Amino acid sequence: MLEGILIGLTTALSIKNLMMVVGGCLVGTFIGMLPGLGPMSIIAIMIPVAIGIGDPSAALILLAGVYYGAIFGGSTSSILINAPGVASTVATSFDGYPLARQGKAGKALTVAAISSFFGGTVGAILLMIFAPALASVALLFHSAEYFALMVVGLSAIAAFAGSGQIGKAFLMTVLGLIMATVGEGALFNLPRFTMGVMDLQSGFSFITLAMAMFALPEALYLVLDPKRSNNETHGDQIKDLRITKDEAKAITPVIGRQSIQGFLIGVLPGAGATIASFLGYAVERNIASPEEQKKFGKGSVKGLAAPESANNAACTGSFVPLLTLGIPGSGTTAILLGALIALNVSPGPRLMVDQPDIFWAVIISMYIGNVILLILNLPLIPYIAKVLAIPRNYLIPFILFFTMMGAYIGQNNATELLILVGMGVCATILRFANFPLPPLLIGFILGSMLEDNFSRSMQLYDGAQFIWERPMTLGLLILAALLMVLPSLRARRKQRSKP
Amino acid sequence: MKFTSSRRNVLLAAAVTAASITLAAPAHADGHATVESIHFLIPGGAGGGWDGTARGTGEALTNAGLVGSASYENMSGGGGGKAIGYLIENAESQHGTLMVNSTPIVIRSLTGVFPHNFRDLTLVAGTIGDYAAIVVGKDSPVNNMADLLAAYKADPSGTAMGGGSVPGGMDHLVAAMVMKAAGEDPTAVKYIPYDAGGKAMAALLSGEIAALSTGFSEAVELAAAGEVKIVGVTAPERVDAAPDAMTMKEQGIDTEFVNWRGFFAAPGLPEDKLTAYQDAIAMMYETEEWETVRARNGWVNIHNPGDEFAAFLENQETVIGDLMKQLGFL
Repeated sequence: MLEGILIGLTTALSIKNLMMVVGGCLVGTFIGMLPGLGPMSIIAIMIPVAIGIGDPSAALILLAGVYYGAIFGGSTSSILINAPGVASTVATSFDGYPLARQGKAGKALTVAAISSFFGGTVGAILLMIFAPALASVALLFHSAEYFALMVVGLSAIAAFAGSGQIGKAFLMTVLGLIMATVGEGALFNLPRFTMGVMDLQSGFSFITLAMAMFALPEALYLVLDPKRSNNETHGDQIKDLRITKDEAKAITPVIGRQSIQGFLIGVLPGAGATIASFLGYAVERNIASPEEQKKFGKGSVKGLAAPESANNAACTGSFVPLLTLGIPGSGTTAILLGALIALNVSPGPRLMVDQPDIFWAVIISMYIGNVILLILNLPLIPYIAKVLAIPRNYLIPFILFFTMMGAYIGQNNATELLILVGMGVCATILRFANFPLPPLLIGFILGSMLEDNFSRSMQLYDGAQFIWERPMTLGLLILAALLMVLPSLRARRKQRSKP
Repeated sequence: MKFTSSRRNVLLAAAVTAASITLAAPAHADGHATVESIHFLIPGGAGGGWDGTARGTGEALTNAGLVGSASYENMSGGGGGKAIGYLIENAESQHGTLMVNSTPIVIRSLTGVFPHNFRDLTLVAGTIGDYAAIVVGKDSPVNNMADLLAAYKADPSGTAMGGGSVPGGMDHLVAAMVMKAAGEDPTAVKYIPYDAGGKAMAALLSGEIAALSTGFSEAVELAAAGEVKIVGVTAPERVDAAPDAMTMKEQGIDTEFVNWRGFFAAPGLPEDKLTAYQDAIAMMYETEEWETVRARNGWVNIHNPGDEFAAFLENQETVIGDLMKQLGFL
């Protein structure tokens, strides 16, 4: 293995490959900042370029750079304009956007960049040491465990159930789950609830819904409630990158935990960065102190650091099943697999033996890439954060433009715009009625995976006995129940002891 | 996962430009391109079977100098129905477009999920096929179809077969076809659907399902790596890419199945354009560039231009339609 690492090191440090890392990271972060262009689309765009290069290690280093660069840059639109471009950055907006609204956009972007850096680096270290051993971990989970894992992920909604909104948060979650049933699921060969509309046959698109639930209502809210917005983003504070000592102390353990947890979840082919970010958020909120817990969803640095380190670590983790088993766990890694095969590289257990230069060079390029991303991003943050200092009259059209563009280029379909506007208006009304919208999106994202894994398990076991027959499923479900119940129990006990 | 499938289909102008820049370069070398450019419309996400077919064909055509440049557009939605609708609705402006498609266009038109069928398009040519395969994990005690059938008879509900398609989709139909030819009741087979081939493969390796119905070419890489065993192929003879894999016929199971892939154009395509596309594809088979792409993917050449393609599709429609009626899907 040491010999392999040395070969990888020399390969990764060649001028050509260093240029690939820098190029990939640049393309990834900047295109990734635009909502609507997730890592998958950017990689698809870069594939002809990579194949044109011909050298498999250089090509893979470039594509991997694009991949984690896009995850790195993806958080920007979530934080600044509440427009999560990909599902894995939805949780980033929960606390990132409130921070930006409080005029701390620079700080929020810095926390996100540092968390991403550590998530990616810890991920790369774990990948290097444990990749071969983790191949078996990737196969530990069956549909039953994935179902339970999705339930744990759903417990993230508890963060929005605070201050008498429990009923509303649940209602929104159920609405999200219902919306996830629209279209053709993986388990039925007929469309459901599409009302004969072909554009709904694959269900609602995530990006359209995310724009309609988050970005559009924010923009409309700014228009409809001018008093609220005028004096919030002001002064030089938005450019300020500094993190206080207390904040650094608060996020360090969060980043440490979530880098490891996120990586492990990323290793599972059926989970990935989105689940990792929700779980990271849910877990950190639940183990935080009661006072800290109240800040979650309102601009907690912990709540921002958790999903950001988790999704970057998970993205690195998803290379484990890809490189060691040849199995793509996500759409993005499926495209990477296609590119690898086109370059005559056969991922699988023999890759490490047959082509150690490629295997190790890619992993080592990930360290370099993360350092480059940090160096690249930190000096730019003041300028990027300044976007929010643009006067409202100009900023709002700008947000509307990116919202529309994000929804449109996802599908190349104008119907998405109608859905976007219709849903956006409904979401704005819900916002005025004080319904929390994040639970709806969480329900929607987890809904189809929840359903698919549940019905697969039901079919495999001819009933629901998998819930108690599989210890890991039971354990995860109990964990989910505890995560949901404990906070309210704790609150009640405290209330009782008060008077 | 609906939200990822919706993200799968973006290829922008940038991609098109990038593709033409990088792929066009070698094409003009020998300067006898018969078609200036082809825009490939891919009804599914990047990385899937349709995607590989379109990009592989484009690569061979441009590298061999038969086509000046190739660009690609992924348009998923409606399980492929969206791209078909798009091609028909915008027929006038799509004369430079070839859409890749395969067996599901027949299946999904039969179930009525697609409002259109292949007769609404201009048939250019069927180009390749991929056989189907039944595979098991490397540690499975099953080594051939007889073992699998014995295991199934001993414990029908514990011997679940998975696949990367919905019930009534291609992977399920193949599993049912094989079990029926082996004398079992195809409706009794426990078929577990996954939303992607990769996830179905992970489920097989994790031991969640006993066997997997999948495309032969998808299984070849992992079989070569020693992770899975191919217990039966729906080919008439053994396939060179995996000479050890036995056919269904060899094992006394009279089943043959080819998932064809081919190209369609917009309705009302001018005759001269159609002929130019068909000629370019016909000439492609003779080139080394095509042989490279074909061998790499384990595809089988099945060239069915124009009218032959129509006859082939009509025959397949009858065969699959009968099976689906028997299975109760129609």
